[in-house]
Amino acid sequence: MTTYAIKTENLGRDFGTLRAVDDLSIDVPTGSVFGFLGPNGAGKTTTIRLLLGLLEPTQGRAQVVGFDAVRQADEIRTRSGALLEHNGLYERLSAENNLEFYGRVWRIPASERQARIRELLTNLELWERRKEPVANWSRGMKQKLAMARALFHRPTLLFLDEPTAGLDPSAAAKLRDDLEKLVEIEGVTVFLNTHNLAEAERLCQQIGIIRGGKLVANGSPNQLRAQAGNPQLDIIGKDFSSDAIQDLRSRPEVLSAELHNNHLTVQLREAVETAPLVSMLVQSGVQVEEVIKAQSSLEEVFLSLVNEGEQYTEGES
Amino acid sequence: MIADTITVMWKEIRELSLQRSGLRGGRAGLLVLIAVFGILLPLQSGRDWLIAPTTILMWAWLPFILVNSVVADSFAGERERHTLETLLASRLSDRAILIGKICSAIAYGWGITLIGIVVALVTINVSNWAGELLFFPPLNGAAILLLSFLVAWLAAGLGVLVSLRAASVRQAQQTLSLAFLFLFVPLLLLPLLPVSLQLTVTNALQGVNYQMIGVIVAAVLMVIDLVLLGIALRRFNRASLILGNQS
Repeated sequence: MTTYAIKTENLGRDFGTLRAVDDLSIDVPTGSVFGFLGPNGAGKTTTIRLLLGLLEPTQGRAQVVGFDAVRQADEIRTRSGALLEHNGLYERLSAENNLEFYGRVWRIPASERQARIRELLTNLELWERRKEPVANWSRGMKQKLAMARALFHRPTLLFLDEPTAGLDPSAAAKLRDDLEKLVEIEGVTVFLNTHNLAEAERLCQQIGIIRGGKLVANGSPNQLRAQAGNPQLDIIGKDFSSDAIQDLRSRPEVLSAELHNNHLTVQLREAVETAPLVSMLVQSGVQVEEVIKAQSSLEEVFLSLVNEGEQYTEGES
Repeated sequence: MIADTITVMWKEIRELSLQRSGLRGGRAGLLVLIAVFGILLPLQSGRDWLIAPTTILMWAWLPFILVNSVVADSFAGERERHTLETLLASRLSDRAILIGKICSAIAYGWGITLIGIVVALVTINVSNWAGELLFFPPLNGAAILLLSFLVAWLAAGLGVLVSLRAASVRQAQQTLSLAFLFLFVPLLLLPLLPVSLQLTVTNALQGVNYQMIGVIVAAVLMVIDLVLLGIALRRFNRASLILGNQS
């Protein structure tokens, strides 16, 4: 039976007349990475605040790690780690003191605290600079330290708001690797707010796209791609006869087939086996040189959903 | 909750000590303050300094300045430096955060005042040594300790309330400066009163029972402190702090 780390039902939050989060219903299975995508101001940060019990919803409800986000927010915060929009580090304090403070906050015994500080800072290659005030560090180093702080008490649920922002490509890749390991080995659930679509595509088993406070798409990356547009087949070759193209159009899985010069574009109803189609063309005398199966990237899905919303909003105004 | 309050205090005091480290960071100001209150004034007054009622007022006034100088930073500073939301997203209770911040401001202001008192006692004893240790009369000593503590608490409670609502440290400091003026300028203006009025006031004060006044002032301060703490506990609200953070 699937258990859910996060379950929201018609969750909503108003700020005056502005509806920041509207009727949000999502289920995040325990031990998965849920990517929450949306343009700036879409309601991603408000959603994290609602799930952490930092804000009360104006409608609906949320269950997080089995607790009600309004009545048992303390329990949720005890079991969660968070790297929010800002890294939240005390810049006057050293890295060691930042972790020491949060170790005390999470009531980790002193000896274990010291071992955990050493383990995390060593893994993140920050141990040598642990005594320096964080203010002197680069943004990437600070982000790594903030990640260490969020993981310090081994939370069961991790909220990450743009965790790789400001990291160089290799540090970002390392962080993604660490996150993957964490989910795999420790079964941590991750709620990931990100603008980085490649990152979402790589890490997330499930993705929600929010626009103007409303969830406009929700599913696995493959489902979203399928939802956004029909798969397409590009066939490049010679000797395309009109009979061959007509035969192709008559197949139930084919929506359309258009020839331009020596490039045949076939729109399919769904992701189907393409070999029989190609074989049919070859048998009709077409000399096939190249076959490309194209599907919308997550970026295209995201942009189409967001742009759709913008056009709709412009049309309304 | 006590352990969590101590954790918040641990962080606050560590931050304060680093903020105040170095001469430019404010340590020079503290040294000047201790030199004036702990050395210069006791040297000028001699052993009378130990029994003068003004000494009690002076030590009660000092923690207000000290606490005032740091307490604006408590919430407004965390908000400004974007550390508040992460702190609020932790398991710490509202009360532990609030009381931890109030206690650290008191510890700072009252602690430095106590250091100043010790320095002043050393100064008096060194400059007036007559073979035996000189100390405040017991009632004066108790009044100094109690009133300076209650004033430190007053400043911390007031400061935290202002800091909770202020958008920035600067705004909190400005508001607290106004409170400071409101509370203490009337005392500073007393010497500017017409001489005849000053004489009337002096004559009236001669018959006054200072012990009784001390008890009344302490009781009033205690009530105000408790009321301020109660208001702060009621007003401390994670959501409003987060929303104040939406800049």
